[in-house]
Amino acid sequence: MTVSRGVQARFRCSFGAFRLDVDLDLPGSGVTALFGHSGCGKTTLLRCIAGLQPADGALTVNGETWQDGSRSLPVHQRSLAYVFQETSLFPHLSVRRNLNYGFRRIPEARRQVGFDQAVSWLGLDHLLDRMPERLSGGERQRVAIARALLTSPDLLLMDEPLSALDARSKQDIMPYLETLRDSLAIPILYVSHSTAEVARLADHIVMMDNGQVVAEGPLQQTLARTDQPFGLEEDAGVIMDAVIGQRDEQWHLCRADFDGGHLWLRDDDTLDTGQRIRVQVLARDISIALSQLTEQSTQNLVPATIDEIAADLSPGTSMVRLMAGNTPFLARLTSRSVHTLSLQPGQRVWMQVKSVAIVD
Amino acid sequence: MGPEWQAVWLTLKLAGITTLLLLIIGTPLAWWLARSQHWSRQPVSALIALPLVLPPTVLGFYLLIVMGPDGLVGQLTEQLGLGLLPFTFEGLVVASIIYSLPFTVQPLQNSFMTIDQRLLEVAATLRASPRDRFFTVVLPLARPGFLSAAVLTFAHTVGEFGVVLMIGGNIPGETKVLSVAIYDHVEALDYGAAHWLAAGMLAFSFIVLLSLYSLNGRLQPGVMK
Repeated sequence: MTVSRGVQARFRCSFGAFRLDVDLDLPGSGVTALFGHSGCGKTTLLRCIAGLQPADGALTVNGETWQDGSRSLPVHQRSLAYVFQETSLFPHLSVRRNLNYGFRRIPEARRQVGFDQAVSWLGLDHLLDRMPERLSGGERQRVAIARALLTSPDLLLMDEPLSALDARSKQDIMPYLETLRDSLAIPILYVSHSTAEVARLADHIVMMDNGQVVAEGPLQQTLARTDQPFGLEEDAGVIMDAVIGQRDEQWHLCRADFDGGHLWLRDDDTLDTGQRIRVQVLARDISIALSQLTEQSTQNLVPATIDEIAADLSPGTSMVRLMAGNTPFLARLTSRSVHTLSLQPGQRVWMQVKSVAIVD
Repeated sequence: MGPEWQAVWLTLKLAGITTLLLLIIGTPLAWWLARSQHWSRQPVSALIALPLVLPPTVLGFYLLIVMGPDGLVGQLTEQLGLGLLPFTFEGLVVASIIYSLPFTVQPLQNSFMTIDQRLLEVAATLRASPRDRFFTVVLPLARPGFLSAAVLTFAHTVGEFGVVLMIGGNIPGETKVLSVAIYDHVEALDYGAAHWLAAGMLAFSFIVLLSLYSLNGRLQPGVMK
């Protein structure tokens, strides 16, 4: 029997003037970011998937049907975990008993995540006997995430889990979320309106507006679309995964290899050879040369092929998509440069990359 | 057991049984009132609150008629072989349940309404069934409400007089509760005996309310250890 992996979700519901109408087929593992402005319906979609919001439709998670026509599993029979935006710890239970609440209700044979494992993943050892009111906002959210994981879910839903936290707590929690993304083999749906969070965490992205999906796809390809469905404007650019291939100790640089080339980064002694990193290259940080100019200060010269030239936000600039091997890049150029260099799709050029940022 | 102690014991028995039964009846009723959006919520609330505003004699009068030989309830109990309820201890229990109902339902309803709906959603996503959620989230968080409801119901039943007189009469060991016994003593100008019982009631009521207020102060959810 073939089991279709992934999450197939089709929902329709309306209340007041708002209408949700989505039909999605999402990957069976990794982080899918549901992205959009507040009120676009991303939280409603998450609640429909959880069964907290009744809606017409169908839902299948890694081959198991949770909802179809009139048949709909009640929330407590769906193998999911939900991390809410605001604090949702039981105020009458200690951290330990909060964590145990879901854990105890999972049959032992079905437990994939051990109690001690979740506690150490989220760094909760010293907090177990505290009451929720004695925790900071960031600590509470870490407990909520651990409590959710301890149900060994088939699907993890996170509704802006960081939005209620201050910048410091966000920075503290982010590495924990990355650990989860890399350790769990389940789909994670992550609602966010923060491009920074999406850039760091997501593998797949769904852009919503007014109850509908306006763009969807793998993060790398979707961010590299010249029509920029995410409206990143000045921050338009691509994200790619890379591996540190070599460290140059004399000049404090390291080489990040990606599928189709490499980029030199500043080495601040936090990176090791073989380490996987995620880097961002903004469209405004790339310029194009027709030949390999060696006498200039830019460290990064990457050969690439022009794939597409499209209009940009203003008539004075153009968005150029380039392919270096299998990796897409976006360059924002003035329309005059495009004209004077007579750039054409299919043309081989050199990309001068002025800045590369590591996002995790 | 002297007649005074008999009245004290009967009163405590009546209040105890009434409180127990009312917590069982009142909990689902209060839960429904706190959560339902049904149109019948308002009329039901008003009906439950009636004993707060009606003179006890009015309530007692209608109970006497309904539970009497020509009343609907009376005919039913007779057909079931239970006999007639007026002037029996069981009749007093039934009357007390109706009379004290708002004192159980209102504190429970208030405490149910303050429970964050989000916590119940969280519990559902952590695999707790509706019943499970009620016992593991609602009950612990509504503990102060249950305490208030139990104490108020008990105390209010102890202090009941008009209804008892209307449908219970004055049968020692069966329906002669404290308040009726005090009334009897005063009627008979036996002020000494009346003082003895009345002062006891006064002290009892004060102690009950005092312990309620101090317990409630300590039992706020989240502060419990």
